[in-house]
Amino acid sequence: MKYILEIKNLVKDYSEVRAVDDISFAIEPGICFGLLGPNGAGKTTTIEVIEGILNKTGGEILYKEKPRLAGFKEEAGIQFQNTELPQYLTVRETLVMFRKLYSRKADMDELIAICRLEEILDRDNRKISGGQKQRLLLAMALANDPELLFLDEPTTGLDPQARHHLWNIVKDIKSRNKTIILTTHYMEEAQLLCDRIAIMDTGKIIAMGSPSELLKEHANRTIIVIRNDINEENLGSLPCRYFKIHDGYEIQTDNLNTCLQALMKSNVDLSDITVRSQNLEDLFLKLTGKELRT
Amino acid sequence: MIRRLCALISSRTKEFYRDRSALGWNLLFPFMVIFGFSLIFNQDKQVLYKVGVLKETSVKSLSAEPEFARRYEHFRKTRFIEFVDFNSLERGMNRLEHHRIDFLVNPEKGEYWVSKTSPKGYIVERLFQSSAEIGPGHYTRRDITGREIPYVEWLFPGILGMNIMFSSLFGVGYVVVRYRKNGVLKRFSVTPVRTFEFLTAQIVSRMAVILLTTFIVYAGCALIYGFQCRGSYLNLFLSFALGGFSMVSLGLLVAARSSSEEFAGGILNIISWPMMFLSEVWFSLEGAHPWVTSFSKILPLTHMIDSSRMIMNDGAGLLEVREHFITLAAMSIIFITLGSLMFKWQKDS
Repeated sequence: MKYILEIKNLVKDYSEVRAVDDISFAIEPGICFGLLGPNGAGKTTTIEVIEGILNKTGGEILYKEKPRLAGFKEEAGIQFQNTELPQYLTVRETLVMFRKLYSRKADMDELIAICRLEEILDRDNRKISGGQKQRLLLAMALANDPELLFLDEPTTGLDPQARHHLWNIVKDIKSRNKTIILTTHYMEEAQLLCDRIAIMDTGKIIAMGSPSELLKEHANRTIIVIRNDINEENLGSLPCRYFKIHDGYEIQTDNLNTCLQALMKSNVDLSDITVRSQNLEDLFLKLTGKELRT
Repeated sequence: MIRRLCALISSRTKEFYRDRSALGWNLLFPFMVIFGFSLIFNQDKQVLYKVGVLKETSVKSLSAEPEFARRYEHFRKTRFIEFVDFNSLERGMNRLEHHRIDFLVNPEKGEYWVSKTSPKGYIVERLFQSSAEIGPGHYTRRDITGREIPYVEWLFPGILGMNIMFSSLFGVGYVVVRYRKNGVLKRFSVTPVRTFEFLTAQIVSRMAVILLTTFIVYAGCALIYGFQCRGSYLNLFLSFALGGFSMVSLGLLVAARSSSEEFAGGILNIISWPMMFLSEVWFSLEGAHPWVTSFSKILPLTHMIDSSRMIMNDGAGLLEVREHFITLAAMSIIFITLGSLMFKWQKDS
């Protein structure tokens, strides 16, 4: 089996709006595939069509080279973006119930350990924090030891610490050869977790490949950010592009040394500068002209 | 502080005003209740008490004892009392025993009957006795022949039925709508759980709660008040089980698609209120307009309460209550079939 999931010319319309516009991609087993895009790009609609929650308008979805059958639900684990938990149940009771819904089950102790739930097992679902809730939702998605795991913006709304905590858990799951489809609008998350990504905008895939391939192909410049007060006239003679940003200037260059030398020659104050490679956010901005998080 | 208070009041009022279904329901519901009540209990027919009159003693044809007739005529002028004619003493007595009428009078023979345990019967008797002021014609109070059903024993199956109704309709309907609204149903929809399994689980779980609570209330009241079930406990259990099942199914039908708690709450109220008033929980429909009686027959609570009263109060067997049981079973099948066919896991997107 070359691909665990193949999407061919998928289309999803909502009355007058085309939410997913003729997209195609294929996912090899054991990788983490990211759908990256801003809010409203069509990421959630795409995966909800694949999950079978929404009906497709057109196209084809193949799971293990066949159309999805009833068994798909047994083998897929799903974590939604926003789901309330059953009230008045404890974390343990919720997990036990979800495990019982499947004929194949993950080992309970392993599940608890992977999702770091030991300390909150006997806590009421209504009394757990946002990060703990996301970990429980992830454990629920893993309750059937799935072959294919859907994570729809799992870290949205979490504080940085909880986000990093969840990333470590996802990395752990990934190391167990699970295939993961992750939607996110955090480029850092995609860059850290995904082996391949598809960038979506207005229902279409505008770029696809591994993060490094995409950056190499579309965004291989170096960024210099200068946060000092400088005379813009001094930048006019630079052999590179520059933009005014909210707290300074951003310069994009193919040749860092030449650019830095030119800046020094122009007597630009370089006491507060940051130098970095272009990232997926820059790539997205380049491809669409839009910020990822709007 | 005033500014903060005003800001909170203003925002809450806007929220309420902009929630069209809640606003609409708040406006519509009182109109519907008033309309319904005015239709059923219009001013001319507003009834507080019901008096049975043995018809063989039609007042106009009275020949003997004109004092009895005069006194009866005087009593008959009392407003807010409905007079229901009966052709036979046996039938009239049966209605009195079952608290479907509060008082039974025979103007020809100068006799009347009243249940010792009926609060309404007591009031009507006092009203009747007050008519003694108009002159001679002393009526004789007769005892109810046979076994008299204490008022609370008549009332008890109605109270249990009402409790079952609210628990079934709101305990299932409201909860399923909330599950749909907050995404819990959506989460279940991506597991191998089928609609049939989910609905069955809801029904079984709620039925267990209903039957257990009904058993506890019944046992407690029987212990405290000494209630008796004159029929079989198994039949009584069947009556409550079938009644509960039909109303749980009705709750699921209401909750089949909606994701608005306000809307579902409104529908559940519009179902439960008429049932509460037209299924003889508190008062009898004896002598009511035929369409009211006919309408009450399409309400599951009517059949549950009727059959429970027949079993508890009269010791009726399966054969005697079979029509009620068959109706409840048929209603359950219709409700659950429609509910399953219409059921949606998610709110419309």
